[in-house]
Amino acid sequence: MATILFYLFAGLAIGGAIGVVMSKSPIGSLLFMITALGALAGTFVLLEAHFLAAIQIIVYAGAIMVLFMFVIMLLNLGHDYQKDLKGGAFAVLSFGVIGGIAGLMAQQLGSTGLQDGPGGAAIDAAMAEHGAVGAIATELYTTYVVPFEITGILLLVAIVGALVLAKREV
Amino acid sequence: MITEALVLSAILFVIGTFGVLVRRNAIVMFLCIELQLNAVNLSFVAFSRLYGIEGQIFVFFVMTVAAAEAAVGLAIIISIFRHYETVNVDSFNLLKW
Repeated sequence: MATILFYLFAGLAIGGAIGVVMSKSPIGSLLFMITALGALAGTFVLLEAHFLAAIQIIVYAGAIMVLFMFVIMLLNLGHDYQKDLKGGAFAVLSFGVIGGIAGLMAQQLGSTGLQDGPGGAAIDAAMAEHGAVGAIATELYTTYVVPFEITGILLLVAIVGALVLAKREV
Repeated sequence: MITEALVLSAILFVIGTFGVLVRRNAIVMFLCIELQLNAVNLSFVAFSRLYGIEGQIFVFFVMTVAAAEAAVGLAIIISIFRHYETVNVDSFNLLKW
């Protein structure tokens, strides 16, 4: 069951990703992107990362994509349905090079056949003890508390920076 | 499951890179960068099944930085749009030699 679901989500994610690249209008790209993000949240659930799946939906598909939507509509980009794909030899060349890299990676990964290691068992034990959020929170607020606080400063700087950049006159 | 997740992550990363290379619309290029970030997140989560919860914590930080990056990047795109009245990156050639 989990395998079938995983392939379903993988297909959705790849289809959404291709849609992002191929869609003519930016709004279309954005909606395909939300599809891909939702499918990725599904794979997170299948990999036992429940908290991250919820965060993926709420923060990524919710907040960040709405920010993109605001900007697209603010700049009125939805109407110029002009083709902006760089076509011809360049696209073929990029696709060849990147496809080659992907093939190499897939070949390397396919030959390894990784199984659940000690980390999976540790995560399952922590989740059974503290719950899906507690398993991350205990680590985040003890071992990684300094990076966590620094992240708060980063967000503050980003807010101020975005305001200064987008303001008409500083 | 882990191998399949890593292969999916590689495929998504490659599609994102392809998008950054071939699209000329700055916002769509930005979306493709977000796609690359998500592909990397997926491989972090897959590896957390092997090496422990640190992978998931790193994904948490990546998402925070992605949110900050989206806010600042979109502000830059808005301020570029004010100058050039377009978001097609081919028309931004001020720094081109």
